Order: sequence, then structure tokens, then C-alpha cells
Amino acid sequence: MAGEQQQPETELVLLDFWVSPFGQRCRIALAEKGLPYEYSEQDLLGAKSDLLLRSNPVHKKVPVLLHAGRPVCESLAILAYLDEAFPDAAGPALLPSAADPYARARARFWAAYSDRVYEAGTRLWKLKGGEARAKLQARAEIVEVLGNLDAELGEKEFFGGEVFGLVDVALVPFVPWLPSYERYGEFSVEETAPRLAAWARRCAERESVARSLHPPEKVDEFITLLKKVYGIE
Amino acid sequence: MTQPRDGGEVGELKLLGLWSSPFVTRAKLALQIKGLSYEYVEEDLSNKSELLLSSNPVHKAVPVLIHDGKPVCESSVIVQYIDDAFAGTGASFLPADPYNRAVARFWAAFLEDKLVKSWGRVFSTKADEERAEAMRETIAAAGVLESGLKECSGGQGPFFGGDSVGYVDVLLGGMVSWIKAAEPLSGAKIIDAATTPLLAAWMGRICELDAAKAVLPDVDAVVEYARGVQARVAAAAAEN
Repeated sequence: MAGEQQQPETELVLLDFWVSPFGQRCRIALAEKGLPYEYSEQDLLGAKSDLLLRSNPVHKKVPVLLHAGRPVCESLAILAYLDEAFPDAAGPALLPSAADPYARARARFWAAYSDRVYEAGTRLWKLKGGEARAKLQARAEIVEVLGNLDAELGEKEFFGGEVFGLVDVALVPFVPWLPSYERYGEFSVEETAPRLAAWARRCAERESVARSLHPPEKVDEFITLLKKVYGIE
Repeated sequence: MTQPRDGGEVGELKLLGLWSSPFVTRAKLALQIKGLSYEYVEEDLSNKSELLLSSNPVHKAVPVLIHDGKPVCESSVIVQYIDDAFAGTGASFLPADPYNRAVARFWAAFLEDKLVKSWGRVFSTKADEERAEAMRETIAAAGVLESGLKECSGGQGPFFGGDSVGYVDVLLGGMVSWIKAAEPLSGAKIIDAATTPLLAAWMGRICELDAAKAVLPDVDAVVEYARGVQARVAAAAAEN
């Protein structure tokens, strides 16, 4: 879908960074919806492009979705936008229908909660060797977060039930980061959240996910690079 | 029991809250604007009720809105839920156009991730210099939010929702008593007619709303409550 010929008045451009899980949320949603778009890799470690600075002046971050030149920022706002601006796109909507406000509320709650995996995981690898107490806290937090997600998933195929929905799209990009978090935090996702581990394997079989996510080894290399950049032992 | 204008069934609404919480006030404001009746339950957060713990097992926090026995948690999710579940009742908080909705969601996220987060550190941080830095960040965030108000309202009115109260108005509106408490507590204003004129005008208009008058906690009471929180944080720090 990326790179297909588009009409200028409906043109979609995604400003993104290869390893960004927030950008991957958008890539997966665009693929699920069969929407053509131009992928624009941004150099975040060097000088940010004028286009990025103009499109997201407040945060200067990716992802940014440009639709006919107008920027939409914040990954979860982009996902909602794709549902709402392209109601005739392929596949079911990411969010449950307006006829079920309670299901919508649950989806929004858990999609926002999924960010906690990344927040707690990031704390784990950013800690220096001597910070034992902080490490135990970060480990406890990520284990709790994964346990809560495991319980919410339950025996369902996806968080969206039969639908690969908002929460699934929001959470799945963090999956390749989990092996690194497991190593830094000395825990096991299989033990802590076995249903979530099985869900991750099911999601990996979807084309949109397989094509958007990078292997854990690549993510781990990136974390090692960032640790050097931040001067963390 | 107040009926919504379309005459449909409202069902049973219960709000678990804390009088001083700006997040709870957001939920109250949304319910009040929509003219919805609800049972309010004041929680003692040092002794949380079974209902709270079972309704919000993940965060164990208020507000929780329970509608016909089903709990909705997180203030921004609650406000959107009220908008969705009572869509026939009064104006929607979110605009109809998908792009404008995305802009509103962007500024709602900014409010939470920047302004509210820094502000929270003002109360939870023990070190004076860190607290001052958190306050500076909060004031800077308000400055950026001023441009957000300009973008969202599009010159159509004093609110983020233009001439009607919208999603961001409700989220920021719930915090007004705390915004006013900033000056007595820290000596600095978060919203100031000199540096954030649109937000200052916004605050004046919000406070004129009957719904706001009905739900905003008394500023002096909030100041006293906040001083209590800061004293407890300082005492805990002194013990360590």
C-alpha cells in the first residue's frame, strides 16, 4: 500500500521513524484499511526535517499523518481519525460502533493503558547498573501491566473480540520490545501473561503486522544504541 | 430524575469521586452540562470502598462512572462516554468533522501529557528546585495551550469548542479551581490575562456557566487541601 499512486486531494503521507511503535500503530491501521499512503522516514537522531517541524510544531515528534496536507498528530488520535475519515475503507472499524458506547469506552481505556508497557519497559532499560530499587519497581510495574492486559484479553482471540481492533493495534507494536524488557527486567512474558504471549503469536500471522514490525533483534540493537547515546552503562 | 431532551431512558448513573479531584470535577461538569441526574458517592481514598476496588481494579482511582452497573474509568474516557451514551442530549462535546475531532483529541492529549503531568509534580516533588522547575514547565505548557485554544475555537467563540462547550473545555474546565489555587499556593499564575489572554477570557466564560457554578469546588477549600498534601509530602521526605 505504501507508495501506490494517490490523488493529491486525498493524499496520505505518514511521517514516521522505522522503529517507532507509535508509528507502527498507524502503519498497521493503514494496511488493515487498505489505504494507500506515502511513507516518509524521518531522521530523528539528526536534524529534524522542515516538514516535520511545520507539521508538529508543538512536539516535533512522529508519527504525523498528513491528509491532503493537513497534519494529524498523536498515534491514538490518528487511529480514530482513520476510522472516522475513511468509513468506507476495508475491514471493520478499529473502534466498536457508536451503538455500543460502553464497548467504545473499554477500548479507549485499554488502548491508553497499553502505553504503560512502553513507559515501564523504557524505565527498565534506562536504569544504570546500580539502581537496584528503581529496577525492582520498574519490573514490578511492567509485570503488573502485562498481567492486567492478560486478564482483559482473557480467552478472546483479540482484545476487540473477533475484530482485530483499536487495543490490538495500539498494543502489538510493543511486542518486539518485550524480549529486551524481559532481559533487562529478568521476567518472562510467557509466565506472567501466557494468553498475551499467545495473542502476540496470533497477531504476528496478520500481514499488516508482519510487514510493519521489526524483529526483536533489531529493536534490541536500537536500545543498545540509545543507551550509548544517553551514556547509560 | 431529569430526562434527557429526547425523552429516552437515562438508566442509573453513579459517580464515585473525591470532592477536591479535578478529574472527578470533569465528570461532574460533563454530567451537569448534559442535565443528567446521578448518585454521587464521596470516597475516602485512605479507605477505598469495595465498590471502587471492584469497579476500577486496575487503577483503584476516582472518578469512576457506573452506568446501569457498568463501570467507566479514566476522566477523559468518562467524558467521551457521556458524549456517546447520551448523544441525543444537548450539543456534542466533540465536533462532527473528523479533522476537528482529531485536533480536539490532540489538545486533550497535550493537556494531560504536558500541563497536568508537570503540575502533578509540583505537588508530589519534595525538592524546592524541582518543584519550581515543574511550575515553570506548567506555565510554559499553558502558553502553548493558548495557541491550542486559538486553533480549536477558530475565532468562533471563547471555548475550545467554539461557541459551545466542547471536549477540551470540559477537561480543562474541571481543573479551574486548581488553576485559580496556583497563585495562592505557589505565587505564580498558570493562566494570566497578560500572558494567556484567550485562556483568561475562557476561564471567565466557563465560570459564568450554571453547570460550572454547580460543580467547581471552592478555591479556598482546594488551597487548604493542597497545602495539606504538600505538608504530608514534606513530612514524608523529612523522615527519609
